Order: sequence, then C-alpha cells, then structure tokens
Amino acid sequence: MIKIITYCFFDLVRSRWSYVYFSFYLLLSFALLFLNNDTSKAVISLMNIITVLTPLIGTIFGVMYYYNSREFIELLLSQPIKRSHIFIGQYLGVAISLSLSLILGLGIPFLLYGVLQGSTSNFLILLTVGSFLTFIFVALAYNIALTHENKIKGFGYAILVWLLMAVIYDGVFLISLVMFQEYPLDNASLIATAFNPIDLSRILILLKLDISALLGYTGAVFKSFFGTSLGLITSLFVLVLWVVIPIFFIYRKAQRKDF
Amino acid sequence: MIDTAQKHDTIIVKEGVYKEHDIIITKPITIIGKKNVVIDAEAKGYVFKVLADSVTIKNISAKNVGKSYTKDFAAIYISRSNHIVIENVTLTNVFFGLLIEKSKNIRIRNNYISSKATTEAGTGNGIHLWHCSNAEIEENELHSLRDGIYFEFVKNSVVKNNHSHHNLRYGLHFMFSNNNEYLQNTFNNNGAGVAVMFSKYIKMTRNKFLKNWGTASYGLLLKEIYDAEIIHNEFSENTIAINLEGATRINYVNNTFSNNGWALKVAGACYKNIFKSNNFLNNSFDVSYNSKLNDNSFKGNYWSSYTGYDLDKNGIGDVPYRPVKLFSYIVNKTPEAIILLRSLFVDIINFSEKVTPVFTPKNLVDEAPLMQKVL
Repeated sequence: MIKIITYCFFDLVRSRWSYVYFSFYLLLSFALLFLNNDTSKAVISLMNIITVLTPLIGTIFGVMYYYNSREFIELLLSQPIKRSHIFIGQYLGVAISLSLSLILGLGIPFLLYGVLQGSTSNFLILLTVGSFLTFIFVALAYNIALTHENKIKGFGYAILVWLLMAVIYDGVFLISLVMFQEYPLDNASLIATAFNPIDLSRILILLKLDISALLGYTGAVFKSFFGTSLGLITSLFVLVLWVVIPIFFIYRKAQRKDF
Repeated sequence: MIDTAQKHDTIIVKEGVYKEHDIIITKPITIIGKKNVVIDAEAKGYVFKVLADSVTIKNISAKNVGKSYTKDFAAIYISRSNHIVIENVTLTNVFFGLLIEKSKNIRIRNNYISSKATTEAGTGNGIHLWHCSNAEIEENELHSLRDGIYFEFVKNSVVKNNHSHHNLRYGLHFMFSNNNEYLQNTFNNNGAGVAVMFSKYIKMTRNKFLKNWGTASYGLLLKEIYDAEIIHNEFSENTIAINLEGATRINYVNNTFSNNGWALKVAGACYKNIFKSNNFLNNSFDVSYNSKLNDNSFKGNYWSSYTGYDLDKNGIGDVPYRPVKLFSYIVNKTPEAIILLRSLFVDIINFSEKVTPVFTPKNLVDEAPLMQKVL
C-alpha cells in the first residue's frame, strides 16, 4: 500500500495542477499577509477562502483523478494486490498531496511573517482545518466516483455535494432557525454544525479569533463548548469521523465493485 | 490641626504616612501636601469630608477608603460647597473617589483615582457628581472602578482630556444631566465607554472609544437623549460602537468607526438623526435596524464596503449605498443566526438583498457615498 501511496503522491506532486494549486495559496497568503498589517484580518480572509475553496478543489480533483487513472487501476487490479490497498492508497496519495500544497502554500509566507507576530495557534488551527477539509472532501469524491461509471454524472454529483455543504445546508439551517425562533436553539444549532464539516471548521476558526464577543449569547454557549479543551477534542473527533466514515465506505465499495 | 487654622489659611502637610480617617473640613482652607504625603484610612470610612466653601486640596495621596453597602464612603466627600479645587491628588483602593453633592464651581484636575473593582455592587464611582453645576474635570486618570465619572442632575459642566479605562460599568455616565460637554477623552476596555441617558444638549467631540469588547459591551450607549452633537470621535474595536435607543435629533459628523462588531445598532424610537461625513471602516456590520421604518438620514459618508463607482470623478459614488445588510436584519430577529457569520450563503443573500431590497428599510440609503475617506 505504501508503494501505491508514494507512486500516487509523486505522480501528483509532479503534475502541473499541484503547482498551480500550491502557488495560488502561496501568492494569496503572501498578498494577504504583506499588504495587510493585521494578521488576524489576514487569517479571517484566508478562512473565508479555505472553507469554500479546499472542499471544492478536493471534490473536483478527487473525482478527476479517479476517472483519469481508471486504466491504471485496472492494470493494478490484475496484479496480486489487495483491492483495499489500491483504492485507499490512491485516496491517501491524492489527499496528502493536496494537503501538502495547502500547508506549504500557506506555511511558507506565515513562517516568513506570521509566526514572528505571535498568532501561531490561529494559524495552526487554520492549517489543521484546511487539511481535514481536504481529506473529507477527497474521500466523498472517491465515494461518488466509485459509484458512478458515468463521468458526467460523477462530476455532477461531486459539485452537488460541494454546493450542498457550502451553501444549501447553511440556507436550510438559517431558514429553520428563523422558523423556530420561539424555541431555544443554541444546542440545536450546536448539533447542526456537527453535521456539516464546513460549518464546523468555520466556527472553530471564528471562535479561535477574538470574534466570539460578537456572537452574543449564542456565542457564549458556543464558546463555553468549543472554548474548552473538551469541545476542541470533540470537534476534532467529529472531523476525524467525517474522514473515517467515508473511507470505510470507499473500502466497502472497493471490495464489491465489479470492473 | 485643622481646628486651629483660621479661615483662608493654607496648611502645608509634611512628608509621611498618616493613619487618619473622617477628616472634617468646615471652614475655607487650602491643604497642600509636600512630597509623598499619604493618608491611609485603613478601611475605616471617609478620608476628607468637605462641608465648607472655597476649599482647595492639592498634592496628596490617600488610600484604603472604607467599603460599605449602606454608606457611600469616599476618599473626598464634598457636600453643599462651592468653589472647590482638587488637584494632583492620588486616590487608590477607594470605594468612591470623589463624591460631590449639591455643589457649584468645582475644578478637578490632574488626579489619579483607582480601585480594585470586582463586582458592580461592591464598588463605587471614581468621580461622582450629584446635583452639581459648572464643574470642570480635566486630565484625570480613572481605572478599575464601577463608573469612571458619573453625572446625575449635573449642568453646564466640561469633561476634558481624561483617560478612563478598565472600569466595570461605564467610563463616563450621564443621567438626567443637560447642557454638558465632554471632549478629547479616551475610554478603553470598559464595560461600556460612555453611557448617556435621559439627557439633553450634550456635546461629544474628539473622544476616543477603544476596545470596549465583550458580549454586552458598547463604545457609546445612547438612551433617551435629545439634541446632541457627536463630532470627530474615534470608535475602534468595540463590540457595538454606538447603540441608539430613543435617541432623537442628534448630529453625527466626522466620526470614524473602524473594526467594530456593529458600528451603529439602532433600536426603537430614534428619529431625525443625521449621519454626515463619517468613516465606516471594516466593521462586521455597519448599521443594524430592528424595524422597517427609518426617519434618520445618512448622507455623504465613506463606507469601506462600498463597491460602487464614480464616473464623473466628483468624489461621490454614483450608486447609492445600503448600509443595512439582510444578514444584520436576520440576526436582529434571530440572534442564533449569527452562527452563520462569514458563511458563503450569507454573502449570497446579502448580495441579492442589495440588488433588490425586500426586508431592509427601503429609504435607508446613503445617496452620496464618498469614494475617499474623510480625514
């Protein structure tokens, strides 16, 4: 499996798209950090971009890579290698190389600038959340690609999943908050965020930045949960679940799939 | 010693620590301390009680004023006295700092007053004026008290160049006090910077309201206030820069609001306010309204989130700006919705509301938004 991961990883690292992705983050964070004197403002802007863009790139890249390497997968399947090793290995190769682009692209400018300014913990949470989102959405994309032979359908569903998580979920969330405003909604909204990794990551970063006072009473409830180490561990655990469960589904689908 | 003094004598106090309390002054005298004069009241009550006209107290330190839930112990208590001067006085660990009742013509300059406030009920105010007029309060530093400066039924007074910070409740607090002015003060890290309530004709110029940040913190809290002027102030990093409730006929000119949660939060009964030539820079919400009605005017302000253009290059944007976002309207109705702050969906609905306003007040627009910051 390690061989497949490394092969897949180096294949991607050599590809042009990784460089484009990497240099995009590099330029972006350089621009934000050096044109803007306030690091926490830069972290907020980066957060806005990361919570939207990493899932999008993760899904599209994941689906694309699977469809492109189909012939290679068929070749591997004829070899005496475990199926789970092939698919999980490929998945990890994609996810790791994408996260590496993200971490290096954001990390280098921050090392040159941000760490000296003492906002290391904000920055670390940003990187952790970004990597988690990449792992989650590449896994979701692999699930979609494995279930749909038709490329167009696969791409369609992948975009739909991203749209659902990034936009539609929040819309439904907001409408239900407005509709049920007579009821105490703090705990309900706390639970609702756990079902969407993008929301969860956004709130984790928002609370880390000193923006929580803005959130008023609801913010206090959130802060009392996420602010504690228990809350942080729980939310990281939920993010881990968001990675592990789709991987499990990849594993199951890969075992049963008929090529 | 005071008993032996004649009227209008000057008493010069020698260096040293004096363990005294309840020093009662009943005749017009001047008390001046040499270097390092400290009066320790050992938490037993008042330090000075001034009950006469024309008293001056200078260059003295006092500490450890008694604490009580039934009596208003103060470092310097002044009652029914006119022409009082308090200068270069350092008061630490006080209950009330200066407590002044029914007095006129008071000068309070260059003093330092602090306490160790932990609860609102267990602490007094730094400078507390009740039923006074013609007071001048200048260049004082006040911190860790309940209210830095408190005015109740005070007229024709000026508060200038003070620094009031880290107070539990308000930096400066007006109740039922008309025709006053405060200028060039700095209020930072207070529960709320300044609260002006039930007052008329207050002038507020060139003050700084900084970092009044917390779940219920304000830079400036206006409640039932009429005919005021708010000019050239700076509001930075407050949760709510100005909270308006029942504020009417107020002019807001040349103020700068930067990096606040809410720059203006407008609750009910605010009429005929005029906002002109202000800068709104990087606030999470520029203006928030809780109703669809609007009787206030916004004209010629600079909004950092304005995205319009200026074809004729006259410095005024050609597209009107709508400062109330749909999301701020929703947050007012359902506070829990703030959890979706900075979500992509919120940006989308804000944009669609901007294009076709449905929920926000239709006439709440800045018809002439500026392209450049007002200096």
